[in-house]
Amino acid sequence: MEPLLKGLLGNDIITYVIMAFVPLLWVVPYALFAVWLERKVSAHMQDRLGPMRVGGWHGWAQTIADILKLIQKEDIVPAAADKKLHFLAPFVVFIGSYAAFATIPFSSAYVGSNLNIGLFYIVAVSSLVVVGILMAGWGSNNKWSLFGAIRSAAQIISYEIPTALALLVAVMLTGSLSLQEITKYQDGGMQNWILFGGPASLPGKFLLMPFTFVSFIILFVASLAETNRTPFDIPEAESELVAGYHTEYSGMKFALFFLAEYANMFAVSAIAATLFLGGWTSPFGSFLGGPIWGVFWFLSKGMFFVFVQMWLRWTLPRMRVDQLMYISWKVLTPWAFACVLGVGFYLVM
Amino acid sequence: MNDLLTHPLKTSTGRTIRSEEMIINMGPQHPSTHGVLRLEIVVDGEIVVDVIPHVGYLHRCFEKHCESMTNYQQVIPYCDRLDYIASMNMDWAYCLAAEKLLAIQVPERVQYIRVIMAELQRIASHLIALGTYGLDVGAFTPFLFMFRDRERILDLFEMTCGARLLYNYIWIGGVSHDLPPGFVDKAKAFCKYFRPNIKEFNDLLTYNEIFIKRTANVGVLPKDVAIAYACSGPMLRGSGVSFDLRKDDPYSIYDRFEWSVPVGKGEVGTIGDCWDRYMVRMREMTESLNILEQALAQIPDGDVASAIPKRIRPNAGDAYVRSESPRGEIGFYIVSDGSGTPYRVKARSPAFVNLSVTPEICRGSMIADLVAIVGSVDIVLGEVDR
Repeated sequence: MEPLLKGLLGNDIITYVIMAFVPLLWVVPYALFAVWLERKVSAHMQDRLGPMRVGGWHGWAQTIADILKLIQKEDIVPAAADKKLHFLAPFVVFIGSYAAFATIPFSSAYVGSNLNIGLFYIVAVSSLVVVGILMAGWGSNNKWSLFGAIRSAAQIISYEIPTALALLVAVMLTGSLSLQEITKYQDGGMQNWILFGGPASLPGKFLLMPFTFVSFIILFVASLAETNRTPFDIPEAESELVAGYHTEYSGMKFALFFLAEYANMFAVSAIAATLFLGGWTSPFGSFLGGPIWGVFWFLSKGMFFVFVQMWLRWTLPRMRVDQLMYISWKVLTPWAFACVLGVGFYLVM
Repeated sequence: MNDLLTHPLKTSTGRTIRSEEMIINMGPQHPSTHGVLRLEIVVDGEIVVDVIPHVGYLHRCFEKHCESMTNYQQVIPYCDRLDYIASMNMDWAYCLAAEKLLAIQVPERVQYIRVIMAELQRIASHLIALGTYGLDVGAFTPFLFMFRDRERILDLFEMTCGARLLYNYIWIGGVSHDLPPGFVDKAKAFCKYFRPNIKEFNDLLTYNEIFIKRTANVGVLPKDVAIAYACSGPMLRGSGVSFDLRKDDPYSIYDRFEWSVPVGKGEVGTIGDCWDRYMVRMREMTESLNILEQALAQIPDGDVASAIPKRIRPNAGDAYVRSESPRGEIGFYIVSDGSGTPYRVKARSPAFVNLSVTPEICRGSMIADLVAIVGSVDIVLGEVDR
C-alpha cells in the first residue's frame, strides 16, 4: 500500500500521514463496537438483555449516544490537581496504545511501517501507557487514584518480562523481529501456525509444540494483565479503588481512557494472533487468501481474543496484588524461560 | 530489612528520606462499604495498619420515633426500615416483644405464615449478602444470578402484601393479610426451582480457585474473639460456634421442624475465615429451604386476624425478646408505662455488634482483604445506625 500511495500522491509526507491514520479508521469504530459488544456479552452471560433501545436493532447505537453524552459533559479538573499532568495523561495513555498499531500487519498489503524491529518497537512503546497512568494517578491528587497508578506501574512492568520471553519464542523460530516476516513464516494454513510448532516442513515439529503452546498461553495471560483486564484489573478495581487512576476524569478525557483500554485490548490480541496464529494468513491454506481476505482473517482472529477477554472478565473474580505478583514472578516467568530454553535446544540441534 | 518507615535513609547531600503511613477515607461514598459506612484506614503501602469505623450517617432516631407514635402498631413501618433487606425478620422481632408484653397467643396459621415469610426473607437477604460479596472480590455475574432468584421471592411477597421491600406485613397479634390463593403452590414451586440453583452458585463462585485464594485464611475471626465481641449469626457460626436462636432458644414454632445449624469448618483455610462465613450463609439457604418445605406442607387453615387487639395498652412493665435475623441476634426491649405508646424501645442490632469486631480482624491485612472482610460481615447500615 505504501508504494501505491507514494505513486499516486507523489509526496512522502502526505503518504505517511495517511498511513498513520489508517489504523484509526479501524480503532475508533472497533472501540464503539467493542463497548457495545462487551455490554451485550456481559448481559447475555448474566441473564439480561443489555442495551435494547437506542438505534433500533439490539441497541446498536448505544455507544454512539454515550459518546455524544460524554462530549457534552463538563470537563471537571479537581482544584488541587496538577493541571498539566492531569490534562496530558489521557493522551499519553492513548498514544501508547495507538502507537503499537504502527507495526502490526493488517494484511500482506498494509502495515503502517514495516520496521525490521517491529516487535521490539511494540514492546517498547506499549510501556508508554505506564507513564500515562502514573501521570493520571499523580496528577489527580487523589489517594485512590495514586494507589491505582502505583499498582498499575508495578503490574505492567512485572508482566512485561513473561510477555517479552513468550514473544521471544516466536522470534527465535522465525529469526526475525518483523511482524510481516513472522506472519509470512506461518503462511499456508493452520498446520503451519507457531501455536502448533511452526511450519509443517520443520523436522520433528511435535517436539516444539509443547513449548510454543505454553508460551502462547503465557503471552495471553500476561497480556490480560497488561491491559488491566479481569482477573488482573487491580489498578481499576472498582470495589477497592473506586475507579483507580481515572477516578477524577470526566467527559471526553474519560472516554479517551476507555478508547485506549479497548485499543490496547485489540493490540494485544492482534499481537498474539500475529505471532502464534498466523496473523492475516488464511487458516485453510490458499482458501480465501490474498490481501483483502487477509484483513478479514486478521480482524477475526483479533476479535476472537477480544471476545475471550470479555468472557473471562464476566466469569472470574479479581486477584489480589500479592497473588498477581506471585503469578508473574514465580509461575509465568520461570515457565517462559523454560520455553525459551526448550526452543533454543531444538534450534541448536 | 531496610524499612524506610522505621529506618529513615540519609542521602549523600544530607537529605533524609523516609516513608509515612497514609490515612485514607474509605466511604461514606465508596462502592464496597455497602451503604454509608465510613472507614478511616491507616495504610503502610498496601498493608492496613489500623481501621476505625465511623458509623451514624444513616441515623434516623428510630428509638426516639417509637416513643412519639400514637400507638404500638405504628412502630412496625419503622422496624421495616431498620434492616431494609430483611424487613420481615425485623417486624417479627418487634411483634414478638410486643406480644410478650401483652401476653397474646397468636393463632397457629399465623405462626406458620410468619415462619414461611421469615425464611423466604432469610434466603432473599443471604442472596444479597453473597451476591454483593462476589462483587467485592470482583465477580460480577453471580450477583445478577442471585438477584434473578431474589426477584422470585419478592414476587411472592408482592403477591401477599403488595410491597416488595418494606412490607408492614407482620402485625402485633397477627399479619395484615391472609395468604392469597395459590401462594402455597407458588412457594413450593420456588423451593423446587431454587434448590438446584445453589449448586450453580457453588460452581460459579464458591469453589472458584481465585475466589478461594481471595477468601481462605483472610480475616480469621477466632472463636474466643467472636464470643468476646458478642458476635452472632453467620459471623459467629462461621467461627465454628453452633449457636442459632431458632435451635438454641426456640421461639414461635421452630422446634417443630427438622433442620441443622451449619457452622464453619475451615474446609479450605482456617476456621473463621471469610470463606467460612460465606459458606455458612450458602448452607443456611439450604436449611431455610428445608424449613420452608416442611412449613408449607403443614400449614393449617384458620383466621389470621382474630388475635389482633383493637386497642394496644399493655400493663406497665418491660419485655425483651430476641430472635434470629439473617445477620444474627436481633433483640427488642420494650418498656411500657401503661399508656398507648411505648415508653422506651431499644433495638439490639446484630450488624452493629458484628461490625465492632472488624478492626480486630483487619489489622495487618491488605486493602483488597479489607474489602473482602467488610463484605463478609454483611452489614446493613440502616440497622447499624438505626
